[in-house]
Amino acid sequence: MFKIVKKRDLAEKLVLFEIEDERLSKVAKPGQFLIVRMDEKGERIPLTICDFDAKKGTVTIVVQEIGVSTKKINAMKEGDYFLDVVGPLGNESDLLELSKDELAKKKVIFIAGGLGAAPVYPQAKYLSENGVKFDVIIGAKSKNLLILEDEFRKLNCNVYICTDDETYGFKGPVTNVLKMLCDGTLADANYVTDDGKTVKGKDACEDTSKKTYNHCVAIGSAVMMKFASLMTKELGIHTIVSMNMLMVDGTGMCGACRLTVGGELKFCCIDGPEFDGHKINYDEVMKRQMQYSTEEGRALLKYNEGDTHHGGCGNCGG
Amino acid sequence: MADRVKVREQEPKVRAKNFEEVCYGYNEEEAVLEATRCLHCKNPQCVKGCPVGLHIPEFIAEVKNKNFEKAIEYIHLDSSLPAICGRVCPQETQCESKCILGIKGEPVSIGKLERFTADYAREHGFTDKVEIKKNGKRVAVVGSGPAGLSCATDLAKLGYEVVIFEALHTAGGVLTYGIPEFRLPKEKVVNAEVENVKKLGVKIETDVIIGKTITIEDLLTVEKFDAVFIGSGAGLPSFMHIPGENSNGVFSANEFLTRANLMKGFRDDYDTPLKVGKKVIVVGGGNVAMDAARTALRLGAETHIVYRRSEQELPARVEEVHHAKEEGVIFDLLTNPVEMIADENDNIKAVKLIKMELGEPDKSGRRRPVEIKGSEYEMECDMVIIALGTTPNPMIPKNTKGLDTDQKGCISHDEETTATSLKGVFVGGDAAIGAATVILAMGAGKKAAVGIDNCLKNK
Ligand SMILES: Cc1cc2nc3c(=O)[nH]c(=O)nc-3n(C[C@H](O)[C@H](O)[C@H](O)COP(=O)(O)OP(=O)(O)OC[C@H]3O[C@@H](n4cnc5c(N)ncnc54)[C@H](O)[C@@H]3O)c2cc1C
Ligand code: FES
Repeated sequence: MFKIVKKRDLAEKLVLFEIEDERLSKVAKPGQFLIVRMDEKGERIPLTICDFDAKKGTVTIVVQEIGVSTKKINAMKEGDYFLDVVGPLGNESDLLELSKDELAKKKVIFIAGGLGAAPVYPQAKYLSENGVKFDVIIGAKSKNLLILEDEFRKLNCNVYICTDDETYGFKGPVTNVLKMLCDGTLADANYVTDDGKTVKGKDACEDTSKKTYNHCVAIGSAVMMKFASLMTKELGIHTIVSMNMLMVDGTGMCGACRLTVGGELKFCCIDGPEFDGHKINYDEVMKRQMQYSTEEGRALLKYNEGDTHHGGCGNCGG
Repeated sequence: MADRVKVREQEPKVRAKNFEEVCYGYNEEEAVLEATRCLHCKNPQCVKGCPVGLHIPEFIAEVKNKNFEKAIEYIHLDSSLPAICGRVCPQETQCESKCILGIKGEPVSIGKLERFTADYAREHGFTDKVEIKKNGKRVAVVGSGPAGLSCATDLAKLGYEVVIFEALHTAGGVLTYGIPEFRLPKEKVVNAEVENVKKLGVKIETDVIIGKTITIEDLLTVEKFDAVFIGSGAGLPSFMHIPGENSNGVFSANEFLTRANLMKGFRDDYDTPLKVGKKVIVVGGGNVAMDAARTALRLGAETHIVYRRSEQELPARVEEVHHAKEEGVIFDLLTNPVEMIADENDNIKAVKLIKMELGEPDKSGRRRPVEIKGSEYEMECDMVIIALGTTPNPMIPKNTKGLDTDQKGCISHDEETTATSLKGVFVGGDAAIGAATVILAMGAGKKAAVGIDNCLKNK
């Protein structure tokens, strides 16, 4: 049993949990994930390890409510227990394999889309702790869905915010900001401030100079990673993405998480979750991620409405 | 000679719609009657056919005399999981294949007698009576499948403090996540065996992945274990590497069976989704393929088994093939998939198959299947389950410096002692020899216990 020591609402349907797990807190590395099971009847749900604290013996996860299981999890309270927490799973981030000298040569841009800010954070924190300065683009659909901004601002980096609906920061998507950073047009782009005023980029951001990068870590929805990778390929920036596939065991036993990378069959849980962003077959990934969407939708409606929902409503595929 | 006593089974039509155990096993009267058929050969061949050399004539003689407690004592000399082996061993190629009665008629039903004895012992609370004298030494066991469970049992009896580390949230390995309820009841049989192991003082820690949560090295140094036994199985599923294989609706048998068995996805009150098509094609001919097919059938699908050789070569237990047919699984033999065809949303809609014929024998001695040119045809379906075998999971070797493996990914070891290339680390079961059987895994666990004891007792 694993106790929830802290719960914090980050944004609509996005909840942060800090969980007690002595062992895991000591071995978790940026880039890795864990699996939780809420109770006897619950699903095994893979979640990125967003932070870990060996002293306190805790790990931090961020859960986005998308189906019944995540809805149930997000209804849990401080002091409640997860029945199972297992990890760390997957490989640690490539950045951890580099020496200090090698790291110093990296001009890194992190691109975080929506929930993707959670897996990006521990890697960014690692660079920061190793004295490397870098840039971060955090994007979201809307201001109220943007997470972990304050945490990123405490790190050794420039933060560039964007939203699709222009409620905060530059106009999204994240690729728009990446392009402006690389061609030096960010200074004169419109920027919506925290209190809703529209100003110029140079008035809102400390550093709007023209940038060149040689390493990009892009994490978010498959669509976002696809377009970010297309752009970085054009710009010649080596790009790492973190794939978030459906999983069951997380230990290489089922192949639910399989995907095609550079024409080869890979298991996300043991070969990834990070891969070369320029080699992923994103279209296949997106379709595989949707595999249970109708079942999930139906289960969620049933959960919300009780047993009265038996399909035919036109919303659930039932 | 009297005929073999028939074992009672659930009606095929009825059982094809439920997950209750197919075979009811013998009752006391039937078991005693069947036991009288044994000739008690001076030089019993059956024992030679058993991978662990069970005291077969001795235990059968006790059954005949209704000394069931004594019978189970004989079985426990060589086996720690008889209720399981009695249900899942391929007896027809092992002990029963050697029985003298089999030459003219039907061999003694050794497996069913083993099962009866073990079930009787459990129901009557006969436990393995051993006095355990702690020796102060500690052994870590990786994996809670039959190899790990049997190794832990024997070591605990020898006085070792044993901790089993299991990656999944429930103990049992394949017995829990792979083999379905209708063949091996979880609560009644598997959990009971796991509980027996715990009663010997063995601690089972679930949710711990060795190589990730704790490394083998840390087990020996930080956690101060005197030895480690690796019984991590062969769980990595193989795929065909043909076009369309990543389409939605194409699953490995491990995924399908895990969703059904471990996660209970077929039950409305459990959250894990389990998709079942209207028409399911299962690729493969082993036990795993039969289990997947019969599970899909029970969930309401028209189910086909596609296998590239002929019936004779089917590697599954004869009983499973027979049961599958009775229940209505359709066998499309001498056919092989060449492509999986999906619709515009990437959902599987058909499999392109090619007809095969048998050519010259290959290395395994079985006749090699050869494609018949131009014989391709399509079979519609909305789900495909791939059951083409599994290989050892690379996770432990990958994360353990100095632990050697062979070309197939099996952990290299000494045949006699089961010692690996790392000092104090032993291996057994599917992790050591690739996907095999429960009895071989159990036997390997026992052998490793001896190897570990020999290594540690003089230290
Ligand atoms: C569907 C199916 C049907 C079968 N039917 C039969 C049958 O009828 N008869 C028969 O004799 N055999 C059958 N087999 C084969 C048989 O089940 C296996 O040979 C046997 O279970 C192997 O035992 P094992 O202990 O070596 O490994 P497993 O049973 O595979 O157990 C290994 C355990 O180790 C755990 N593990 C793996 N890696 C780690 C790690 N790094 N850290 C911690 N734990 C780890 C796994 O989660 C698992 O629980 C079948 C197999 C399958 C899949
Ligand atoms: S989640 Fe099962 S193999 Fe990756």
